[in-house]
Amino acid sequence: MELILFLLFAAIAVACGISLVVQKHPIASALSLIGVMGSLAVLYLLLGAEFIAAVQMIVYAGAIMVLFVFVIMLLNAGAESPIGKSWPSRLLGIPLLTIFLALIAYLVQYYAPSLGVVRFGAVSTGASEIGRSLFTKYLLPFEVTSILVLIAILGAIVLARKEID
Amino acid sequence: MPPLNSVPLSWYLILSAILFSLGVAGFLFRRNIITVFMSIELMLNAVNLSFVAFSHQLRQVDGQIFTFFVMVVAAAEAAVGLAIILTVFKNRNTLTIDEVSSLKN
Repeated sequence: MELILFLLFAAIAVACGISLVVQKHPIASALSLIGVMGSLAVLYLLLGAEFIAAVQMIVYAGAIMVLFVFVIMLLNAGAESPIGKSWPSRLLGIPLLTIFLALIAYLVQYYAPSLGVVRFGAVSTGASEIGRSLFTKYLLPFEVTSILVLIAILGAIVLARKEID
Repeated sequence: MPPLNSVPLSWYLILSAILFSLGVAGFLFRRNIITVFMSIELMLNAVNLSFVAFSHQLRQVDGQIFTFFVMVVAAAEAAVGLAIILTVFKNRNTLTIDEVSSLKN
């Protein structure tokens, strides 16, 4: 059952990733990216990372992608003009990509043969354990992150404001 | 073929590598600045999957903490980056990255 779920959502993630790269229109790419993020959230649940799965849906697929779609709508971004491709790139692109990905898969299997298996429910990390670790061991990075977010807010406001004379 | 109730961890890593490669391809081949930015988000997501997979393997919560930090940095990056895109569009009226090349000259 877990294997079927993994294969299903991995296939959705890869298909949406390919669609992100191939689509001409940015709004189609954004919808594909939301598909990738949603299927990755399911994979996080299979890995027992419940809190990360929830945050993935809320922060990534919710907040960040809404920001992207908003900017695409605001700028009225149209389709890309097609790029002129030479015949070797048309002919060799997809076979070379397949060979490259197969090589990556082989290398992962070769160098990490002793990795374990993932069983659903074997490990489950809720918000309490993450919170305990975040506020004890990783307290300083957490506080630095708050300053980072503050700077990002200020930067976004400064960059996107209207000049008032 | 593994049994139906378990998934080898290396498959998660391979999926992560595939998604990362797709992100790199999008970053290199696309010319719309927003799509390039979304490819970067795809790469960050692929790395997050690796972090969570190793967190499961090592039975430690640290990998998920790092994923959490990556998400926060991605949110901050999206806010600032999209503001920069807005400013570029206001000044140059284009979203094609090839036409934004004033640092080159």
